[in-house]
Order: sequence, then C-alpha cells, then structure tokens
Amino acid sequence: MCNQAVCLVAAELERHAISTVAIQLLRHVAERVRPPRALFVPFRHGYPLDAPGEPRRQHAVIEAALEMLEDPDLEAPALRDY
Amino acid sequence: MGELAEFPFGWRVFLRTYPWRRVDPVPWTPLSKPLSECRLALVSSAGFVLPDQPRFDESIRGGDPSFREIPSDVEVSELVETHRSALFDHGGLARDPNLALPVERARELLECGRIGSLGRVHLSFMGSITAPGRLTRQTAPEAAARLARDGVDVALLVPV
Repeated sequence: MCNQAVCLVAAELERHAISTVAIQLLRHVAERVRPPRALFVPFRHGYPLDAPGEPRRQHAVIEAALEMLEDPDLEAPALRDY
Repeated sequence: MGELAEFPFGWRVFLRTYPWRRVDPVPWTPLSKPLSECRLALVSSAGFVLPDQPRFDESIRGGDPSFREIPSDVEVSELVETHRSALFDHGGLARDPNLALPVERARELLECGRIGSLGRVHLSFMGSITAPGRLTRQTAPEAAARLARDGVDVALLVPV
C-alpha cells in the first residue's frame, strides 16, 4: 500500500509542476499504478534505501533516483531498475 | 528483496487481486533547471511524526490519508516511526530513520552542491492506505500545494 500511496502523491506533485522520482519496492505495483518516474530497488520492505547506518549505500540509491530526474530521454511512465 | 513473496499467503492473494489505482494520464514535469539549482523536498510513507504531532489515526477504515510536515532541519533522533503495518521489519527504521526519510542525506546533498536548496519541510504520510480516494481528492493535492508554495522543484518519494 505504501508503494501505491507514494505513486499517487508523486502524480499530484507533478500536476503541481514538481518533478518527482519515487522509490519502489514492488515492481508489481509500480507497473500497475504508473508513477511518473520510479526506481525499483531490490530491497525488502522496511529497507527502501538499502541499509540503516550506511550513508554511502543510501546515497547510492538516492543518486540513482536523482539521475532519473536529470535524464532528458525518459518518457512517462519511467521505471528503472536499481 | 521487495517481492510479493515476502508476504504471508493471504496478503499475497490480496495484493494480487487488489484494484491498484492507475495513474492515467501520467503527468510529467521535466526539470526546468540544473538539479544543483533545484529545491528538494522528501516525501515518506513511513508514518514518521514528531513527538508533539498527532499520531496517524489507525481507526480510519481504509487508512489515514493525512500528512505531517517535518522541518527539513529536524534532528533525526526526533523522528518517531508510527507505521501500523506488521508486515515488514521495523528494526531498520528504528535504528536509522534516514532509511525512509533521508533528512541527513538530503542535507549532505545540499552541502556538496548536488541540489540548490532544501524545502522548509518534508512530508510524512502513513502509507497503509487501502482506500485512497481521500488521498487523491484531498490530501495529496494539499501536500502538493504546500510544497509548491515553498518553491519546491523536485521531490524524492520513499515508501516502506
């Protein structure tokens, strides 16, 4: 449900001219709900940015997400694997 | 990894048959300037609140679609995780709230110039919302308007 909630909020932010990228833990959900930009991460629920107390690993996920914002070739809906 | 197989059988059936809402058409806002000039806000669905904020209301059928404003200069130790789901391990969030609301990572992005500024607030939802009608009609538009008023250009959204 969390995955759907952030997808729906992301869509509303985009309608307000805010560019978004949503981390997604379930490809099943991302493919159905279709947020504008989604980064599918291979982590279990509760660990969306990889590992606690690991800033480098968290930054790596965040950076991959930010790069989606900067990619001029992406088209909606964009789903990328981490 | 984040797969339906993580969940007990009954939940797997529910998640496979649940009528997922479909965003259609998919809105698209391209970056209008370099990320290094953009204002960033975070949106988490981990149900974080501050000690003086009301908890999310677990009695609301279909889930509480409200959100809390979390100042972007918050001390991470102040964040209280209140997500109601028993379907995931909360241990990581208890050890490090940055895992789902990366407030310290965001400040580091600002310090190194990767982003231009931080919004005054980040937003916290409690994402266990099975009936998202009020979310889509009311609270998500309110959240978007809040961030837009703050001049936010980009948002990173993190579920749990």
